[in-house]
Amino acid sequence: MIALELAGVSRDFTTPDGRGYRALDDISLSISAGSFVAIVGPSGCGKSTLLNIAAGLLTPSSGVVRVDGEPLVGLNRRATYMFQQDALLPWKTVRENVALGLTLGGVAKPEAHACADAWLTRVGLAAFASHYPSQLSGGMRKRVVMAQNWIIDRGMLLMDEPFSALDVHTRQRMETELLNLWDESDVARPFQGRERGAESPALHPPGRKTVVFVTHDLEEAIALADEVVVLSAGPSARIVARHAVTLERPRDLLELRTAPAFMDLYRAIWAVLREEVIKSQRTVEHG
Amino acid sequence: MADTLAVPARRAGPSGPAVLFWQVLVGVSALALWQALVSLKVLDAFFVSRPSDIAQRIAQWVVRGSLWGHLAVTLEESLLGLLVGAAMGISAGFSLGRSPMLAAVFDPYIKMLNAVPRVVLAPLFLLWFGLGIWSKVALAVTLVFFVMFFNTYQGVRDADRVLIDNVRMLGATERQLVRHVLIPSALTWIFSSLQTSLGFAMVGAVVGEYLGSTRGLGYVISQAEGTFDTTGVFAGMTVLAIVVVIVSAGVTRLERWLLRWKA
Repeated sequence: MIALELAGVSRDFTTPDGRGYRALDDISLSISAGSFVAIVGPSGCGKSTLLNIAAGLLTPSSGVVRVDGEPLVGLNRRATYMFQQDALLPWKTVRENVALGLTLGGVAKPEAHACADAWLTRVGLAAFASHYPSQLSGGMRKRVVMAQNWIIDRGMLLMDEPFSALDVHTRQRMETELLNLWDESDVARPFQGRERGAESPALHPPGRKTVVFVTHDLEEAIALADEVVVLSAGPSARIVARHAVTLERPRDLLELRTAPAFMDLYRAIWAVLREEVIKSQRTVEHG
Repeated sequence: MADTLAVPARRAGPSGPAVLFWQVLVGVSALALWQALVSLKVLDAFFVSRPSDIAQRIAQWVVRGSLWGHLAVTLEESLLGLLVGAAMGISAGFSLGRSPMLAAVFDPYIKMLNAVPRVVLAPLFLLWFGLGIWSKVALAVTLVFFVMFFNTYQGVRDADRVLIDNVRMLGATERQLVRHVLIPSALTWIFSSLQTSLGFAMVGAVVGEYLGSTRGLGYVISQAEGTFDTTGVFAGMTVLAIVVVIVSAGVTRLERWLLRWKA
């Protein structure tokens, strides 16, 4: 079953000096439920725009977005969104931040907080439940955001370069934790059994969250995802390639990057991405 | 799993005994210099009084108990001015912050009103609200309103886009968005301006009393000026200054507690 479908999606912006600017051009992409898809592309190619359209935070200028087969109207209520920037409410404690998705949905505070504490234990921050976000390190804050996103049972997780601000080691640890959470995830999904035949059960056991992960780091994309989608340099970004990542799971991210299969994939995708990166740099220098 | 567990310490300026020592030293030296210049007849006590006389006068007021009534009136007016001004400023700031249309329409009027010197309003307020406390409250309100208004407006407008998007994605309704993001975001600004607002409220009250009243610190000062009693004027100013220092220390503590989530 298809969790997210973009059909002929384009998006135009108006620059401050009044000129039109096409960020995305005729993007068509289907993502099956339970899969982990990474979207890579040069900086400024419209990856975040694509994600914002999937989230319903932006509307496409033309084209259709379907979530679980239904056209998306307003915000995507079947997804949570992990932003690149810090999105924790600074005036709420870590516990209140994690519980936010529940309390907003009307869950009673004691119950929501108990659930938040369980999630904080899971991400190793039980001792920091009563701290404020400003008292935590960058990596700890990312963990809180993960718990905040995972506590509500939604089928889809949209991630916009969530770990790009972290140092290499913290980042790798967060990636591992993300894969562990994803592996264990078991979301309620309507019509789960009906169209299952179309999918490869080994790769996408029903129940896993669908993850759309935007990054400019190809290594990260290959290490995490089932499929890597390459966007062209902006403006008018298109999809230039889609590569299936057949590396078996569970993956050991510490070892994976030197495995021959990984390096072959990297070379193959980089050959495509490299052209786009060069193009985007030319645009920056000359235009 | 354990990340760097270093919890950053609260940032703070220099404080403690060293600062206190220098603060006292500066104050005492200034007073000593003043006293000395008057004793040496470099300055005329008729024009500038002298610290010992001022201290004596304040002691007299305290002992006779005449001070407390005036002080209570001034504080009452300031507090009422602060509350009314804050209520009006915050609601106006919130309405305009949420509606770009309203903001555009009212922008020139707010700038015009803010440019009016408050002193020229005082006689009008005396006429409208009488000699009692309400004309002073009104004057304090005109000062507090704009501080609160601009800060609330800024706070609502400056609310972080990502925070708003995040709580919306987490399922917040429009009302929850206001309650969990916009109000706290504006409160940060409002609390930060509490100190200024409180100062303005007291200025409004005292200026109002000064220009026409029968009670309050402003009245005491104006009476002393009427009889060329410079000691009385300085004594009144000193009391006012001490009160402001005490109250603002309280506000600082309140502010620190309310904004405790800030690093």
